[in-house]
Amino acid sequence: MSLKPETLAAADAIVAQYPQARSATLPLLHLVQEDRGHIAPEDEAWVAAKVGVTPMQVREVVTFYPMFRLAPVGRRHIRVCRTLSCALRGSYALMAELEKALGCARGETSADGNFTLEFVECIADCGCGPVVQVDHALHENVAPDQAAAFASRIRESLADPGYGKGEPRPGTPEWNG
Amino acid sequence: MPAQERPLIYANLRRPGYTVDIDCYLRHGGYEALRKAVATKPEDVCKEVETSGLRGRGGAGFPTGMKWKFLDRKSGKPAYLVVNADESEPGTYKDRQIIYKDPHQMLEGIAITAWAIQARQAFIYIRGEFQHGAKILRRAIEEAKARGFLGSNILGSGYSCEVVVHRGGGCYVCGEETGLIESLEGKRGYPRIKPPYFPAVLGLYNCPTIVNNAETLAQVRHVLAMGGAEFAKIGIPGDSGTHIWGVSGLVKRPGLYEIEAGKATFGELLYDLCGGPLDGRAFKAIIPGGSSTKILRFGERFKGKRPDGTEFDWALEDIPLDANSIAACGTGLGTGGTIVLDDSVEMIQALSNLNAFYAHETCGQCTPCREGSLWLSRVSRRIVGGGGREEDVPMLLDIANQVAGRTICAHGEAVAWPVQSAVPKFKDEYLESIRRRRRGETAGGPTLI
Repeated sequence: MSLKPETLAAADAIVAQYPQARSATLPLLHLVQEDRGHIAPEDEAWVAAKVGVTPMQVREVVTFYPMFRLAPVGRRHIRVCRTLSCALRGSYALMAELEKALGCARGETSADGNFTLEFVECIADCGCGPVVQVDHALHENVAPDQAAAFASRIRESLADPGYGKGEPRPGTPEWNG
Repeated sequence: MPAQERPLIYANLRRPGYTVDIDCYLRHGGYEALRKAVATKPEDVCKEVETSGLRGRGGAGFPTGMKWKFLDRKSGKPAYLVVNADESEPGTYKDRQIIYKDPHQMLEGIAITAWAIQARQAFIYIRGEFQHGAKILRRAIEEAKARGFLGSNILGSGYSCEVVVHRGGGCYVCGEETGLIESLEGKRGYPRIKPPYFPAVLGLYNCPTIVNNAETLAQVRHVLAMGGAEFAKIGIPGDSGTHIWGVSGLVKRPGLYEIEAGKATFGELLYDLCGGPLDGRAFKAIIPGGSSTKILRFGERFKGKRPDGTEFDWALEDIPLDANSIAACGTGLGTGGTIVLDDSVEMIQALSNLNAFYAHETCGQCTPCREGSLWLSRVSRRIVGGGGREEDVPMLLDIANQVAGRTICAHGEAVAWPVQSAVPKFKDEYLESIRRRRRGETAGGPTLI
């Protein structure tokens, strides 16, 4: 599957922002991942050609940064912060509840391909823990006892045709994401 | 009188109805400080910042004016301004507020700083996870360019500066300034060795570069708005302006509290502003300035001499909230991200949580850090798993001692300090955990690993 025409069209302007083309490596990888959902070998070659390095030099960047992935994730990517501030407010208990509610173990994708559930390190919203990033949205104060309801809302969003398309309003999880 | 906040950086963003658009910012005096700056010689802007006594807000607390002075102006190479908006130190969430709620305040600080150091290009290195934050900033930059505050010929001065928002990839070590620069160059975020790679001389593209924290630049905006001498009156000598305390963990009202430097104590912050411990609990310890600063235990006494020679003897609650007082207690103000632990916490789990973080985030360049962080994580996790031995406690300390001071960047210290500070203070509790968990018994309180 090839990248969308708008992805291809955006690349040159991104590269042009930098005095040295190689600086555009991370931005182009984000662009590709937002298009395809992950980074495929042909994408690495495409980025390499755009910024003037070898595909291996792109691969070593991809494998260094936790946000980049070489394989697809589920339709909803659920990332629970596990670092100390969130853990103190119950992120481990929350994770255990979400595993049950979503039918998916941490670090894995559910069998139906709907959910990928992961622990991640600190996402800089420590006063509102536990925090959970679901795709583009950041949810604050997700208490373990609300896990079932929270999981249901994620499940319901699978049937929402407008999911992720609206313009975020201040103060909403979409704005904070 | 109970401790009070003195919002400076957060003054506008806390106003009801305050929005991120440029018109709202202009209605609140926005870009007036930039107008003043471009009517002033760049070197005089630097002097104002030096006079202000402003110290960097990214954790190290280095005087901002002095940092700018180190910029190599003789090389003939272009100078760059890089904004560190990576906000990756656990417990820290202050810059997020500025980016998501008042981006123009930071942009104005960027424009002023770029003028002061005569940078024609600035980069905002923002955490990759701040996806919408990056969009908010890009929109704000477009607005500022359209009004002549950024871009070409700023306010008719003939001076131009482009600002690019650059998203990181979720990597802690890219908050370290030289790791950040490598990352911005499109590589793995491996920190560079100093010397020779002092950013002010050999920074981005081996050009002179100033790397400042996001909040520091917002503070610069206020230095220019009120003048360096006036700014220096906020706070105390040696630490001017306000500090944003981001309190998290086990406290009644976690949140962000902006306090004049040195004008309140930890006791006032944690009891008056944060409402004290959760019901039925008692405070046990705090990690005062982000996860890598050294832990302080309630019940400890802190004794020593202040810079003016007077002796102090403080309980944790008495420590004044300024950089020098906190440093005198053997830890650091860091980013002001205070993580609060209460008597429900099993301390070996808290340590294990942080050890796991540093093991995950080590870049792997330096052997002591790469191996040491993994060992620390495994040993502490082994204790929690019931396989601990009494000799594990001194072993933790021994490993940490072999990491600190032996690495290219301060990640080594970040790995070591939580262990080096916690082991002497909580040794008996760790030993108790080892014995209890060997018997297959667990502790109450939150699961942390």
